[in-house]
Amino acid sequence: MADVTATGGTITYREAVAEGIAREMRRDPTVVCLGEDIGAAEGVFKTTVGLFKEFGPRRVWDTPISEQAIVGAAMGAAMTGIRPVAEIMFSDFLACCWDYLANEIPKVRYMTGGQVTVPLVVRTANGGGLGFGAQHSQAVENWALAVPGLKVVAPSTPADVIGLMAASIRSDDPVVFFEHKGLFASKGPAAPEGHVVPLGAAAVVRPGADVTLVALASTVPVALRAAETVAAEGIDAEVVDLRCLVPLDMHTVLDSVGRTSRLVIVEENPYQGGWGATVASIVADEGFESLDAPVRRVAAACVPLPFADSLEQVVLPTADKVAAEVRRLAAY
Amino acid sequence: MPDAVALYRTIRLIRRFEERAIELVRSGDIVGGVHPYLGQEAIATGVCAALRPDDVITSTHRGHGHVLAKGADPARMMAELAGRVTGLNRGRGGSMHAADFSLGILGANAIVGAAGAIACGAAWAGMLAGSDRVAVTFFGDGAVNQGVLLEAMNLAALRRLPVLFVCENNGYATTMPTAGAVAGTITGRAAAFGIPASTVDGMDVSVVLDAAREAVERARAGAGPTMLECLTYRFDAHHTFEHRVRLRYRDDADVAAGRSRDPMQIQGARLDPDERTRIDVAVETVLDEAVRFALASDHPDPAGALDHLYASGLRARPGVA
Repeated sequence: MADVTATGGTITYREAVAEGIAREMRRDPTVVCLGEDIGAAEGVFKTTVGLFKEFGPRRVWDTPISEQAIVGAAMGAAMTGIRPVAEIMFSDFLACCWDYLANEIPKVRYMTGGQVTVPLVVRTANGGGLGFGAQHSQAVENWALAVPGLKVVAPSTPADVIGLMAASIRSDDPVVFFEHKGLFASKGPAAPEGHVVPLGAAAVVRPGADVTLVALASTVPVALRAAETVAAEGIDAEVVDLRCLVPLDMHTVLDSVGRTSRLVIVEENPYQGGWGATVASIVADEGFESLDAPVRRVAAACVPLPFADSLEQVVLPTADKVAAEVRRLAAY
Repeated sequence: MPDAVALYRTIRLIRRFEERAIELVRSGDIVGGVHPYLGQEAIATGVCAALRPDDVITSTHRGHGHVLAKGADPARMMAELAGRVTGLNRGRGGSMHAADFSLGILGANAIVGAAGAIACGAAWAGMLAGSDRVAVTFFGDGAVNQGVLLEAMNLAALRRLPVLFVCENNGYATTMPTAGAVAGTITGRAAAFGIPASTVDGMDVSVVLDAAREAVERARAGAGPTMLECLTYRFDAHHTFEHRVRLRYRDDADVAAGRSRDPMQIQGARLDPDERTRIDVAVETVLDEAVRFALASDHPDPAGALDHLYASGLRARPGVA
C-alpha cells in the first residue's frame, strides 16, 4: 500500500465507501446505486454520504425494503448495459435474496454459454462487535465463498475500500463487497485519485519470520494487535491481509508459510464452514512440506452472535485468542 | 405487425417443436426431459408479436414457446435441448435456461417468479439509457404466490418501469389446481399496487396480441407496468417425467375439456385451408432440419467444462494442484 501513504490526510472507512463509489460514478455514467435508505438519508451507516446530492435520484435509487427486488433488479440492469451497485443494509439480510446470489447472478453467464456479463456489486455491512444481536451481526463472507461464480471482497482499510471498490465496480463479474461494521469508524491514509487495488492480490501488512497470520477485514487489526503482543515476547509474526476470498491469493499465503512454516488463520465467520477451512485445505494440499506445526484456525464459535458484550467477546476471535495460538505454534 | 398467417405460423412452429422435442425425450436424445408449452402457444405468440426486436423478455421453466416466439433459431434451440455445442447456450443451459441475448431473450429461468425482478432491472436500464424499450416477464399461476413477484410489481409501479407482467394461468402449479393455491385473484395482486390488470382469453392469439399491444404502448409512453392474466390450459404434463411416473391429479374428462379449445385450431380456422397446409409443410421442414442439426451436432468438449464462469477468465481452483 505504499502508493496510498504519500498523499497525507486521513479518511474514515465509512467515508471511503462513499468516496470509492463517487469516484466510479464520476468516471462512468453507467454506474448507478440502489438500496434501502441510501439516497436522501445517505445510508444508515453514513456510507453513501453525498451520492444523492451529487448524482440525483436517477442514479441513486432509494428502494423499498425488498431485498429480492433490489438484487434481482440489479441483475437485470447489469445484464442490459448498466453497472449497478446494490446495497443490502446488513449482510444477514443476504439470506432474504439468496436465490439471486446463489442461483441467478453467479450462474447466468455459465449456463448461457458465456453470452452475458453481470457487472454488479452487492455491498453489505458485515460482522459483529457492535451489539446489534444475532440477526444484524453475523459475519457471512463464507456464504458467498460457497458459491462459484461470485467474487468476494472484504477490505480492512479505508484506502483498500476505495481501491477495491474501484476494481469491483469495474469488474465484469459480480462482486459481493463486505464492508465491516466494526471498521466504519476506523481511520487510515487517504487514497490518491485513480487508486485501484486489483482483485485477488493479498497484502503482507506486517512482515515477520516466525508465524504467518492470515486475516480478512475485521480480523486484520485483530491479527496485528496479536502480533504486537507476541513481538514483546520475541515472536515475529507476519500478517497477511487476504482482501478477497475470490479470487483467493494463495500465492502470497503459501509464500509466507514457506518462510515461516507456521500458520494461524483468523476469521470472523463461524468455524463451521468458514473460509479458513479452504485456506487450510489448500495449504495442506500445496504447502504441506513447508509446515513445521499444525495449522490453527481462530474463528467465531458456531452459535448465532449473542447480544451481550461479555458473550459476544467469547464467541468472536480476539487478539488474546490469536496470541495464545501463536505462542502454541511458536513452541511446537 | 404480423398478420394472421404469421401468427399461425409461430403457433404451429411452437406446437410442432414441442411435439418433436417430446419424441426426442422418449428416444433418449434429450436427457432430463422438458416442460411442454403445448396449449399455451397463443400467449407467447401474441405477446412477442407486439414487441420490437430491442424489447427484452424473461421466460420460465416452460419457456420454449417464449424463446421461439421472440425469434430464436429452432435448430439451435433444439440443439440446446439435446445438450449440443451448437445450442443457444453451447449445451450448458438445456431446456430450462435457453437464452439469446442478441434477440433480447434474457433467459428462461427455472426459479418460479424470480425473473420478475430481473425484468424490472432490464426495464430500468432501458430508461437510464434513454430507450423506450420494454421488458416482458412471463410467469405461471404458480408464481403469483412467490413473494419476489410481489416485490417486483411494487418496484415496477413505484418507478413506473416499462414492464409487462404476463401471467399464463394454465390451471395448475405443477399438480396444484389454481383454485387450491391462489387466495383472492391474480389480477387483484396487480391492482393492489395500482397496476392496471386484465384477464384475457389466452387461447385466442388475436385477443392476446391486442391486449399486449395496448400494454406495450402504455409502457413505451412512460405510463408504467401492466399485468395480463391469460387464461389457458396446459395440454400435456407439468414435465415429461410425469409421463413415466403417471401422476394422477386431473382426470381424463378434465383434460378433454381443457383441450377442447385449441389455440392452433382457433387461429388456423382463420386461414385459407391451402395456405394453412403450406405453412404446416414449411414448419415441418424447418423442424426436420432442426432435429437433424441437433442430433448431428457435437457434444461439448469435456475439456471446456470450467469455461464461461468468470468474464475475467478466473478459473476455479480444481482441488488438485
